[in-house]
Amino acid sequence: MLVAGIKSRPVYGGLNIDRHAMRHLFALEGEGALAVLDQVKAVGPDFLKHADILYAASGSKDQEHDRKLAALGADTFWLAPTIPVLLNRLNVMLGQAHMGAHIHLAGTEGFIGQAQQVAMNHGVDPASLHTEHRGSTARRVQCVHCKGITDNVTTSPYACSACGLSLLVRDHYSRRLGAFQGVCIDAEEPGSAPKPEELFP
Amino acid sequence: MTINTEMKVRVTEIRQVADKVKRFRFERAGGGPMPVFSGGAHVIVSMRDGKALRRNPYSLMSSPEDTKGYEISVLRVENSRGGSAFLHEKLKEGDELVLSQPVNLFPFDQRGKKHIMMAGGIGITPFIAMMEQMERGGKAFELYYAVRTRSHGAYWKELQQRYGAHRVKIYCDAEKLFIPVGKILANQPLGTHLYVCGPAGMINGVLGKASELGWPRQNLHAEEFLAPPPGKAFQVRLAKSNRAIDVAPHQSILEALEANGVDAPYLCRGGACGQCETGVVSCDGGLEHNDHFLEPDEKASGKKIMICVSRITGNAVTLDL
Repeated sequence: MLVAGIKSRPVYGGLNIDRHAMRHLFALEGEGALAVLDQVKAVGPDFLKHADILYAASGSKDQEHDRKLAALGADTFWLAPTIPVLLNRLNVMLGQAHMGAHIHLAGTEGFIGQAQQVAMNHGVDPASLHTEHRGSTARRVQCVHCKGITDNVTTSPYACSACGLSLLVRDHYSRRLGAFQGVCIDAEEPGSAPKPEELFP
Repeated sequence: MTINTEMKVRVTEIRQVADKVKRFRFERAGGGPMPVFSGGAHVIVSMRDGKALRRNPYSLMSSPEDTKGYEISVLRVENSRGGSAFLHEKLKEGDELVLSQPVNLFPFDQRGKKHIMMAGGIGITPFIAMMEQMERGGKAFELYYAVRTRSHGAYWKELQQRYGAHRVKIYCDAEKLFIPVGKILANQPLGTHLYVCGPAGMINGVLGKASELGWPRQNLHAEEFLAPPPGKAFQVRLAKSNRAIDVAPHQSILEALEANGVDAPYLCRGGACGQCETGVVSCDGGLEHNDHFLEPDEKASGKKIMICVSRITGNAVTLDL
């Protein structure tokens, strides 16, 4: 069960290398590594001379995408142990960045949403970010009742990791929070929630 | 429908502020406050000049929080269609005029971390109100102001005194000093927005340079009001109301409609806002698109026209009005 057809649902335009960009900053997670590898195949490796790559392997550790990224020979490459550590570094780098630098985000929706929040705090318009969804379709969802955020939600309904309510996942998305909204599905008759469906593998 | 609750005002002060530039202050004819506006806003000034009714947009340059009155600065244009000549030569202190509510098509982006403004000549006016608002809000900003000569440039001295020469930089054509656009834009922190107001050539040059340096279009803002260019006379036919109205060489379609009592929608009257977009049913010649609003493919389609500034090359056009 999913509430779809809501305008705020993000659309990811895909990475593209603008030849006018002075610098490229890539924040990548999991399968997001492949988005850059595909760009190198498509437009050649020249842009890597002016590129910084931050990578967190997350669920695709076993694929060793980090080794392929490191071998690209970008200006800088940094492997982060976790997403929060990567976001912290991204925040510091954006604080020193100049206009003309292009920001590229690729990976799961939850990761893109959180990295976008960091960029927005630096006054970056989300529409000027290059984003590409790769990997799992699992979602980051906020419980609209207790405001608890649950990462990697794959079913709807799901049990809120903070308050335990059964939440229906809606396509209603908050850019400010970088999360979809989950609404209690059995408020009138607690315990009557339908069985969770695996919707976001 | 046009949202246009008009305000009757009295001219309370006229002052020559530079060569060919006069400042006008308007206060409500019946007393009472004017609405607060935001920096970058403009009003449409309606002028009764003999038989002609002129309506021109002017940027507000007074403090956005000064609700006692509004101020505009007007350059006396050679070969003017009549608006600037009327304001400079006929309008006197104590006269009454009609203003529209303020409309802002050139606001600054409140999310920005820093704001760079580039003005050419009389294009300085919206930035005066903007800087007032930015200063109050503690926003980081810089103004780069190009003038022909120091005596032609309005307000540069006052602005430098108020905000400091480190934030207000003057470039004088006559002294062979030009805004070093590339150098400025190559070295701005992430989250900077750029605003340009001046002649079309300057706007295109600056925005083109910014794009070359990788600035995303979300951070680029410009405003240029066009005076409706003159052309040859033609006839406008209104499909819905089944009327035919003649457009004179120095009249825009919108002005011709208004002169004949047709209440067509408009906001900026300068080809920028899109409010007066009108469907074209048929046209016996080409459309002369003079606006900044329609996309190139819309212009090429021949199905839409901005009646505030655009004309036709043929003899008659039928509009969906």
